[in-house]
Amino acid sequence: MAKTLYDKLWDSHVVRELADGTCLLYIDRQLVHEVTSPQAFAGLRARARGLWRPEANLAVADHNVPTRDRALGITDATSRRQIEALERNCRDFHVPLFAMDDIRQGIVHVVGPEQGATLPGMTIVCGDSHTSTHGAFGALAYGVGTSEVEQVLATQCLLQKRSRTMRVRLEGTLPKGVGAKDMALAVIGKLGTAGGTGCAIEFAGSAVRALSMEGRMTLCNMAIEAGARAGLVAVDETTITYLAGRPFAPSGALWERAVAAWRGLVSDGDAQFDHEWEIDVGALAPQVTYGTSPEMVVPVEGRVPDPAAERDPARREALAAALAYMDLRPGTAITDIAVDVVFIGSCTNARLEDLRDAAAMIAGRRLAPGVRRALVVPGSGLVKRAAEAEGLDRVFTEAGFEWRDPGCSMCLAMNADRLESGERCASTSNRNFEGRQGAGGRTHLVSPRMAAAAAIAGHFVDIRHDL
Amino acid sequence: MQRFERETGLVVPLDRLNVDTDAIIPKQFLKAVARSGFGINLFDNWRYLDHGEPGQETARTPNPDFVLNKPRYQGASILLARANFGCGSSREHAPWALLEYGIRAIVAPSFADIFYNNSLKNGLLPVVLPEAVIDRLFQAVEATVGYSLTIDLRSQRVFAKDEEIGAFAIDAFRRECLLEGLDDIGWTQAREAEIRDYEARRRHEAPWLFAQAKGHS
Ligand code: SF4
Repeated sequence: MAKTLYDKLWDSHVVRELADGTCLLYIDRQLVHEVTSPQAFAGLRARARGLWRPEANLAVADHNVPTRDRALGITDATSRRQIEALERNCRDFHVPLFAMDDIRQGIVHVVGPEQGATLPGMTIVCGDSHTSTHGAFGALAYGVGTSEVEQVLATQCLLQKRSRTMRVRLEGTLPKGVGAKDMALAVIGKLGTAGGTGCAIEFAGSAVRALSMEGRMTLCNMAIEAGARAGLVAVDETTITYLAGRPFAPSGALWERAVAAWRGLVSDGDAQFDHEWEIDVGALAPQVTYGTSPEMVVPVEGRVPDPAAERDPARREALAAALAYMDLRPGTAITDIAVDVVFIGSCTNARLEDLRDAAAMIAGRRLAPGVRRALVVPGSGLVKRAAEAEGLDRVFTEAGFEWRDPGCSMCLAMNADRLESGERCASTSNRNFEGRQGAGGRTHLVSPRMAAAAAIAGHFVDIRHDL
Repeated sequence: MQRFERETGLVVPLDRLNVDTDAIIPKQFLKAVARSGFGINLFDNWRYLDHGEPGQETARTPNPDFVLNKPRYQGASILLARANFGCGSSREHAPWALLEYGIRAIVAPSFADIFYNNSLKNGLLPVVLPEAVIDRLFQAVEATVGYSLTIDLRSQRVFAKDEEIGAFAIDAFRRECLLEGLDDIGWTQAREAEIRDYEARRRHEAPWLFAQAKGHS
C-alpha cells in the first residue's frame, strides 16, 4: 500500500501496538535543555532509574544563558541553578553536553542539525515544542513534556498515537525578498493556529524543493504554530548534501548505506493524506503579524483589521483584546507601524543564511533614530564564528546592532534580554503571545530581511519596493 | 500520577480563545528545578496586578476583574475554556500549575496536542465537547452562581446535576492509566525484552542510528 513519509517513519519505529492504536514508539534521539529536564532527572533519581542509552541524548543549555559577558558567569541565581543542574545531571548520567563555553553551544534546534545529530529517518524528541524544526530532514520530530523526557531517558520509548496527515503544497517561485518565514506565516494565516491540531504536516511542492535546509527548518519550526505536532519535508539532494561530513553523521561505507536508505524517505506518489492544501506562493508578499497569535498576520501592504468586521463573537473579542494589547488601531497601514526594538535570532531564524539575508538589507546604513535597541543573536557558536569569518558582525555593529553570544535570548526573554513594557519589536522569532518577549512587550513576527529593514527605516517597509 | 475516576466540582469559566502556556504559567517560573510550587503563579499575568518573580516573598495584588479571583468561583475544580486551550510551549509546568491550584478537569472545544498529552500524564483530565455545548455551558455558568458539573471518566460523560450534558472520547489506554493512576515508565519498563528485540533488528537495518559521534566521547 502507498505510504506517506509520516507513515514510513512511524511504522519503522513501532515496538508494539496496543488494541486502541496506542503505540510503544522507539525514539532514536533526544535533545535535552535546561528548562524542561531538571524534573525528569529528579524523577529518575527518586526511583533509582538509570538511562537506557545515554549516548542517544545530546544536551545543551540555551533558554537561560546570557548573551554577553559570558565569561563572568550567570548573575541571575535561578538561571544559574538551572544550568548547573543540567551540567550535574549530564555528568551523573553520562549524557553528552555542550557546555556554555563550548563553540558548539547554541539553541538546541540549531545545534542538532548543525552537528548531524539530526538525521533522516530518525524519531527525535525534545522537551520543547519547536522540535518540529528537525522534520526538515525527513525525521519524525516533535516536542514532548517533562514526563515524556523522563520516559525517553529511562526507556528510549514513548507511548503515542499516530497523528493524522496533512500535506501543504507550496507551489511556484517566491518573489525576490520573500522567503521561508513568509511562507510559514502565510500557512499559519490560512490554516489558523489550530488548523493542524492532531496532524503531522508534510510541506511539499516546488517552492519547498527549492528551499535550502535552513529555509526548510524555518518552515518546519513554525508547523507547531499551526497547531501541528510535527512538520516534515521529504529527503532530497539538498538534505544529503547538507549532512555530508557533519560530526554525528555516518561516514565511509556506513554513509553510503545510510544515503541509500534515506532516498526512500519520501511520500509515495499515490499516498493518501487526511487533509491537503495548496498555496501558490508566486505572488506572496512579506508577512507581518499585528496581533498576539501567529495567525493574526497580513501581507506588508495590508492594514490592521477591524474587529467590527469579524462575525464570530469569540474571534471578535480575541481580536479586540489583541489590538488593545498591541496598541494598534484598526485600519492602520502595516508600513506606518514604528518599532522600538529589533530582534534577529531564535531557532526560527538565527542560522547563517538568516544572518546573511538580514545583513544584505543593511548595506552601510544605520539604525533609525527611533530604534532603541537592535540585537543579533546567532543560533550557535559555530554560526557566530562563520558569520564573523564573512564579516557579517561588522555589518551589524557598524549599523548600530549589538552582536551577541548564542542562545534563545529575546525569543522568550528568560535571560536578561527582554522588552520593556510597551516596547514594540520587529522579531524574527516564532511567537507573538502577550508578554512573550517581556511583560507588556509587543511583538511583530517577520523574516530576517523585514526585521533588518525595519531597523534601518524605523518602521515596517515593503522590501520589494523600498530600501 | 493522580488517579481520576469522577470529579464533581464548581466550574470557573475562562472565556478566551487560544489560551497559551505562557498565560497559564509565565516563563519566569520555569526556572525552578522542582516539580511543585507553581499553583500560586497560575495565570500570573492575569491574576495579579503587579509583576511576579519566582521565589517572591512580598504579598501580591490580585486583579479583582480576573475570573479566578471572583468570590463566586473560589474552590472551583473544573475549568471551562475555549478552543485551542494550552497552545504554545511544551512546558509541563502548565498542567502542574493547574493541578496545584485545584483544577482536576478542563472542558473545552479543543486542546493543543502537547498540552493535552501532558495533562493526561499528570491526572488532569482534558474533556473535549462540541462548540455548541461549550457555548451553552458558558451561558449556564454565568447565569447560575455555584454551577457545578460532574465528570465521570468510566462512562465518559458529563452531567449537571442529573442532566447529561454530553459524552466525550478518550483513548482506551489513557483512560485505563487515569483510572488506575498508572505511570507510562513503569508500563514500558515491563516491556524491556521487546525493546531490546526492536533495537537488535534496527541495529542490523540501520546501524548508523547507533553509531557514536566522531571526535566525541
Ligand atoms: S529560540 Fe525560542 S522557540 Fe526556539 S527553543 Fe529557544 S525559546 Fe524556544
